[in-house]
Amino acid sequence: MKKAQDILTAPHEELEALQLEGVKKTVINCYENVPFYHDLFDEAGFDPYAVQTLEDLQKAPFTTKQDLRDNYPFQMLAIPMEDVREIHMSSGTTGIATVGAYSEYDLDFWGDCFARGIWYADGGPSDIAHICYGYGLFTGGLGAHYGCIKAGCTTIPMSAGNTERQIRVMREMGSTILCCTPSYAMHLADTAIAMGIDPKKEFKLRAGIHGAEAFSDNFRKDLEEKLGYKVLDVYGLTETMGPGVAIECMEQNGLHLAEDHFYAEIIDPKTGEVLPDGEWGELVLTTVDREATPVIRYRTRDITRILPGECACGRTHKRIDRLHGRTDDMLIIRGVNVFPSQIEDVMKTFDQISSWYQIELTRKGHLDVVTLKVEPNPDFDFDEVRAIEELQRNMQARLKSALSVGIRVRIVEPRSIPRSEGKAVRVVDLRGDDC
Amino acid sequence: MLEQVTVFLENDKGRLRALTRVLADAQVNMYALTIAETSDYGLVRIVCDDPEGAVEALRAADMRAIVTKVLAVEVPNRPGGLADLLGVFEQLDLNIEYGYCFSVKGATAVDVLKVADPERSMAALKDAGYNLVTQQDLA
Repeated sequence: MKKAQDILTAPHEELEALQLEGVKKTVINCYENVPFYHDLFDEAGFDPYAVQTLEDLQKAPFTTKQDLRDNYPFQMLAIPMEDVREIHMSSGTTGIATVGAYSEYDLDFWGDCFARGIWYADGGPSDIAHICYGYGLFTGGLGAHYGCIKAGCTTIPMSAGNTERQIRVMREMGSTILCCTPSYAMHLADTAIAMGIDPKKEFKLRAGIHGAEAFSDNFRKDLEEKLGYKVLDVYGLTETMGPGVAIECMEQNGLHLAEDHFYAEIIDPKTGEVLPDGEWGELVLTTVDREATPVIRYRTRDITRILPGECACGRTHKRIDRLHGRTDDMLIIRGVNVFPSQIEDVMKTFDQISSWYQIELTRKGHLDVVTLKVEPNPDFDFDEVRAIEELQRNMQARLKSALSVGIRVRIVEPRSIPRSEGKAVRVVDLRGDDC
Repeated sequence: MLEQVTVFLENDKGRLRALTRVLADAQVNMYALTIAETSDYGLVRIVCDDPEGAVEALRAADMRAIVTKVLAVEVPNRPGGLADLLGVFEQLDLNIEYGYCFSVKGATAVDVLKVADPERSMAALKDAGYNLVTQQDLA
């Protein structure tokens, strides 16, 4: 186990050398064994044999989710079918499913990547890992399973559902590590409390490895308070592997990328240009040593950034920030990319307003006008007009410095921003097509 | 001091009517109402017989309402009544954030003022012989 963890503190130059070697092999492997990549590289004029540095990869074209769908089910395979040990599939809620295939080697490093989360939590054979991600084609269940086995935990493959039984098992078997989605963890906590159980006293949980959904810092805090454990965010996607592409350490300050298996770039989703560390953009992943379904510059559509600097935990693998939504949610305002989550971050710093908001886009002449509508909190002392004006001014100033684009703040009456059952309608675009 | 209800309303058709309907249904009787308006919103300031009840009813109707303490001073109902009163604040070098008047009886009017330093203001007003109005005086 010690040896498997050595790579986590290897000097970064060593990791880069390993990545370069892997990426060089991967682009050639893709070109020679995946007809899709052969055509894609030729069309883009990308020479896979000419890659000399990691920066050279920037010359390679992107792979999109649509590309993977178009090659359903097995055209993305880079190895013979008899070497494939397992198949997973994304849920396909927004179209045809995408397939991930795994060789024996792929399954082995997948387990290793997820096990890192358990190692980060100082876990191992003395832990009882309770997995209630769904087992099946979804990568959550088996990915966590392989990871827990790899870390040497006593693993309980609960899968999803039957919440009361989950709670009984957790209490009676003394589960110490919980692997599931954050929303299911909350449901478990609330159900336990409703059953008259105090999870903090009657459960032995000390860490939760939660992912497959974005969750806010406040949600995390609530979970930690209810279950009395520490929550680590895990990131992954079927298209590149599954959970374990990046996992938080106990510092809870960004997710360590498994850089020995994935090469990450952050790009401007509009121009495709690679952005420097620290800047927000779309995460693009290239597999370093995936055998069955390698991908080159896969556009995840997830918005994050690479956190500059080193982590206090001493591990050298770069960290990505917690996800800030999807490129699908991105707004382009006067040519500047704006993510609703950036606006949320600014709003959080003002306690005079609630977390509800709506962004209204209008056009005045040829200029985009952005209005952020927010609702006052009950304890905001707004008796003087100047208190409201000051709030507007301060918010506008902070938004301007955070987004580099001017946004008008408008305070509106409570509940005048429509609430919806499902996905909140955050943006109303009234600009029309007359531009 | 007097308890005034301040309500945040959007500057839009029907909002003031909605507010007054809520207060009517809650059996709140108003003595004075004034609006400070901007192009987007207005602050409605109300003196009434039941400020706590008014705020509760307005909040239940999803309106933002708060109770604000203001000074209410009885002044003679004659030319120069307000000017004399404001003379006191000039000596204190205090800014008045807003104010409005309403009459209750024939011989006297009540002036409502929001000032920066209510404690010092009250003391100075009492020294100058002014009568401060409270909730009970209005009933």
